[in-house]
Amino acid sequence: MAENVKPRVRVPKTASKDEVITIKTLISHPMESGQRKDKDGKVIPRSIINRFTAEFNGQLVLDTTLEPAISTNPYLEFDAKVPETGEFKFTWYDDDGSVYEDAHKVEVS
Amino acid sequence: MKLQHTVKAVAVLAATLALTAAHADPVQDDQLLINGEEELATQAPAPDHLEGALGDTVYSGWLFRDTDTRAMQKDDFDNPMFLFVDAGLETWSTPEGTADKSCADCHNDIEESMKGVRAQMPKVNDKGELWALENYVNDCRTNRMGAEAWGWNSQEMKNMTAAIGLQSRGMPVAVKIDGEAAPFWEKGKEMYYTRFGQLEMSCANCHEDNFGKNIRSDHLSQGQINGFPLYRLKDQGAVSMHQRFVGCVRDTRGVPFEAGSQEFRELELYVASRGNGLAVETPAVRH
Amino acid sequence: MLISRRGVLAISAGFAGLAMLPISVQAQDAAAAPTQTADEMIAEFTGGAEVAEGDGVKLTAPEIAENGNTVPISVEAPGASEILLIATENPTPGVAKFIFGPLAASQAAATRIRLAKTQDVVAVAKLADGSFVRTAANVKVTIGGCGG
Repeated sequence: MAENVKPRVRVPKTASKDEVITIKTLISHPMESGQRKDKDGKVIPRSIINRFTAEFNGQLVLDTTLEPAISTNPYLEFDAKVPETGEFKFTWYDDDGSVYEDAHKVEVS
Repeated sequence: MKLQHTVKAVAVLAATLALTAAHADPVQDDQLLINGEEELATQAPAPDHLEGALGDTVYSGWLFRDTDTRAMQKDDFDNPMFLFVDAGLETWSTPEGTADKSCADCHNDIEESMKGVRAQMPKVNDKGELWALENYVNDCRTNRMGAEAWGWNSQEMKNMTAAIGLQSRGMPVAVKIDGEAAPFWEKGKEMYYTRFGQLEMSCANCHEDNFGKNIRSDHLSQGQINGFPLYRLKDQGAVSMHQRFVGCVRDTRGVPFEAGSQEFRELELYVASRGNGLAVETPAVRH
Repeated sequence: MLISRRGVLAISAGFAGLAMLPISVQAQDAAAAPTQTADEMIAEFTGGAEVAEGDGVKLTAPEIAENGNTVPISVEAPGASEILLIATENPTPGVAKFIFGPLAASQAAATRIRLAKTQDVVAVAKLADGSFVRTAANVKVTIGGCGG
């Protein structure tokens, strides 16, 4: 089970309607691949973030399946557009069933 | 048999270094501009005490890295160390121990109280001992907070030294090497030039004699430590100075001193002094 | 520069034979359960439809990765609904699948990935008309001198 999992997200606080905004996300997570062995030669079980979603006011921006090939502390960068003032919701899904969420408001002028 | 093997290894190593002599010096056409606003000096006039050992200029290890790795340090969001800086800042104001005190209860705002601290570490404390930043942190924890000491290379310690180190980012490294510090500095210097391990290599063999060249596919830097603790792509995590020292000594097929040992604190002082004048880059990104 | 990077690698190969330093990516000897091959993953993604080599999808990756554990990579396919990313020679070839929603301003994403060795990274995009297009980028993964 992963400990101290914390997301970091960069989203602008304001944007104009339909402007392209770049979103960067990072989450502290070991992304244990299931390929490594411990000192006794036993395989360390896989434990990764396997899915990430970004939504704005309930509408999908990006839905990503992540595999063990994603590096520790997974980083994702993508572009979104916002039709109105509202809130981004970011969700990370862990192999162990945990779900981590972060939300950011964007004001459309 | 074993000896023969070692001799062969050294010979091939020498050949590798010699043959790659022409490869890539520090990059000259890139600036370490953080978040598009704060430029850090990645080279400085070599300190006098080096007596020309590194030529007339000392270079940050950042200049020896690939474009992508350099880019990762230019933006505090792209730099994964900020996950750990955030964690360190949270701990700063979290009460702990029998005294139920946090760092902030004594030191208040980290941005004020810790500014410049990292640039002077390690230094001689009021008892005449050479202390690294980690020693000061654990001293506070055990004597003022009544909390348990953190392991030298524990994640908690690296979170805290990253958060404290960041407060000196951009300030020139300025460790004291004279007065009470002089005997420690001398010992660190001696260690720097002492060959260790089966490969019989000193720090200087790679980082003074051959910086800018390749050891296998690794591009050797001057071994400056102005960016620690840093994010190492290989480890996919935070790495402390002494952790890197351990790795280097192990690479010589030697038995390393322990992280936090007297030997490594003296070495830290000497190596830090080789970068006096370079900007503190904590938390840096390296490969 | 008198000696090419390739030349350096060739010289280094002899050195590697001495097994001086531990190899960081231990994927090779892991007792992994059988997983889908790259071809199987692509076939599942396309439903067996034909995949064209083409300009419709662009993959940006370093020619030489400074470290195989953290390789920055980005992919873009204007108008695509989905992009599948595969590392053909990894012990488990899957890397990521991106599904773009109506509020994606571009059909593009960047991430950092692990590559066990030198190999082709493949991106397959499902375009707006339902057709599939693919591209590949070769990334050289070197074993550094500093294993500790």
